Amino acid sequence: MTLPQIEIQLIAALVAITCAIPGVFLVLRKMSLISDAISHSILLGIVLGFFITQDLSSPLLIAMAAIAGVITVILVEAIQNTKLVKEDTAIGLVFPAMFSIGIILISQNANDVHLDVDAVLLGELAFAPFNRWYIGDMDMGPKALWVVGSILVVLVTLLILFFKELKISTFDPGLSAALGISPILMHYGLMTVSSVTIVGAFDAVGAILVVALMIVPAAGAYLLTTNLKKMLLLAIFFGLFSAISGYWAANLLNASISGSMATVLGIVFLLIYLFAPSKGLIANVYRDKRQKNEVMLLTFLLHLHQHSDKEERSVQHLNYHFSWSQKQAKKILKLAVDNGLIYVENPYVNLTEKGEKFNVEAINYILSNQTEKVERMKQDFLLFRG
Amino acid sequence: MAETKYAIRVHDLTVAYDYKPVLWDVHLEVPEGVLMAIVGPNGAGKSTLIKAMLGIKKSIAGTVEIFGQPYKKMRKEVAYVPQKGTVDWDFPTTVIDVVLMGTYGNLGWIKRPGKNERKAALEALEKVGMLPFKNRQISQLSGGQQQRVFLARALVQDASIYIMDEPFQGVDATTEVAIINILKELRKQNKTVVVVHHDLQTVPEYFDWVTFLNVKKIDTGPVKEAFNDENLAKTYGINYKVTVNQ
Repeated sequence: MTLPQIEIQLIAALVAITCAIPGVFLVLRKMSLISDAISHSILLGIVLGFFITQDLSSPLLIAMAAIAGVITVILVEAIQNTKLVKEDTAIGLVFPAMFSIGIILISQNANDVHLDVDAVLLGELAFAPFNRWYIGDMDMGPKALWVVGSILVVLVTLLILFFKELKISTFDPGLSAALGISPILMHYGLMTVSSVTIVGAFDAVGAILVVALMIVPAAGAYLLTTNLKKMLLLAIFFGLFSAISGYWAANLLNASISGSMATVLGIVFLLIYLFAPSKGLIANVYRDKRQKNEVMLLTFLLHLHQHSDKEERSVQHLNYHFSWSQKQAKKILKLAVDNGLIYVENPYVNLTEKGEKFNVEAINYILSNQTEKVERMKQDFLLFRG
Repeated sequence: MAETKYAIRVHDLTVAYDYKPVLWDVHLEVPEGVLMAIVGPNGAGKSTLIKAMLGIKKSIAGTVEIFGQPYKKMRKEVAYVPQKGTVDWDFPTTVIDVVLMGTYGNLGWIKRPGKNERKAALEALEKVGMLPFKNRQISQLSGGQQQRVFLARALVQDASIYIMDEPFQGVDATTEVAIINILKELRKQNKTVVVVHHDLQTVPEYFDWVTFLNVKKIDTGPVKEAFNDENLAKTYGINYKVTVNQ
């Protein structure tokens, strides 16, 4: 690997990690789309900042862009509060306006501004190593590395300091407010941090893909864990993984680095979406099917319980009563036998003692919802896991 | 001074959503150590009243005092149990973690819960019978269990006043009994408990104080005196529609 290659991967990795952290909270707050809005609106801030300083790497640009991001959020909320339009519409109204003003300003001054629309939309990670930071004659490395690195340090510090506040204001804003942890303050704090993050990542991956880097790792992590800290770590890991493998995929295919990173993320998410152990699509389909079988089993057992006459328990009568397909009937019968709930004395079906007990407990649970008593049954039956 | 000590005093409180008053000129005194139900029809402003007490909902006019002080100074004396439907139970967290959130107010900003907080949280879970579920993911709880967790979260605050928004909504009978027993226990310790309540039939059995609310305060007092047909008719009766549409 050459030095620029290492530097590009380093920048990509830092960008991905930086995006993943606020992304987790945006996803949990059901605010994913606001990141899209911010990523476009900040262009206006960057352009205005550039007009003031005439320097693309001035910290003022980051400040201006962050302000533009927060203004986007304020405008969206103000429009939404008039109750004339809904939130998604308000988002759709605000950011294109700010973005297009930014675009017009760039194109009007195209000759003297070193900012072009392509770079804004897609970023230019491959050129990042050429834009270096010198102190005197000493080469400190690519500027982007320092910018994103500092943002990441600030972000992690804030996350550690305010983890508890972020958690409670996201989970239960009502209690948070009552306890004196202002959810409004946390909301705007998160919006400011998200804006700064997006500005930092913007240079590297552009306005469109930064959204993917924020939302996709968090959305994938959400499907894999039920613990907020693990969700953060997983999101960071997915971001990191996509940055490095995306870079090499781009190398191999001679394609855009940021595009490849987002593609890798998309593939990772798709795999999680399908195969996540408990929240994935396949697990869901499997669970639905099993649950349906268990409901049928319970119906079957209840019938046996309530109709103790021999005639009612004959296979012929049961077939008539349930009118299940042969395949279904066989499956349910097998399930009942395998669990030791019934025994068959041809042509009669009988409840075992365990079957009787199961019936009583199941009815009791369904009617009273007294969950403590079925803890044991939860091991064998999905039906009781709520 | 021999006069009654009031846990909560609501003075001429008016709250509006947009331009429609939801609470109008409400004057209410809650004595210390009572177990009080707030009853009234849908849209009567019951939840709004407790949100205004907690400073979550801003008022147009009027004041709320907690032991004679503004709420902001008395946060630590008040524990709040929101409606369980107001939070996302798919949030990635566990039972013990939710209960620990009750300690966040006393901890203040930045400081994290430590050993003492954890101990208090476990004790609160024990009280509501949820200790065996402490590490369970909250999405796997039944409605009754969710409400018990919320109650444990309030208990852990060890406050003087407990304000609860419909704690019996969507819970099973066992949980309802368990919760009311804990509330009665709190009253024995001279704590004040204010509950937004829907089921009129259980008012005399569960509570010793009642407030009838329908935009305006209809009446408040001991259940034995105030829980009567006249107040019920005034609050829920034929006049109800006229009052609301004003």
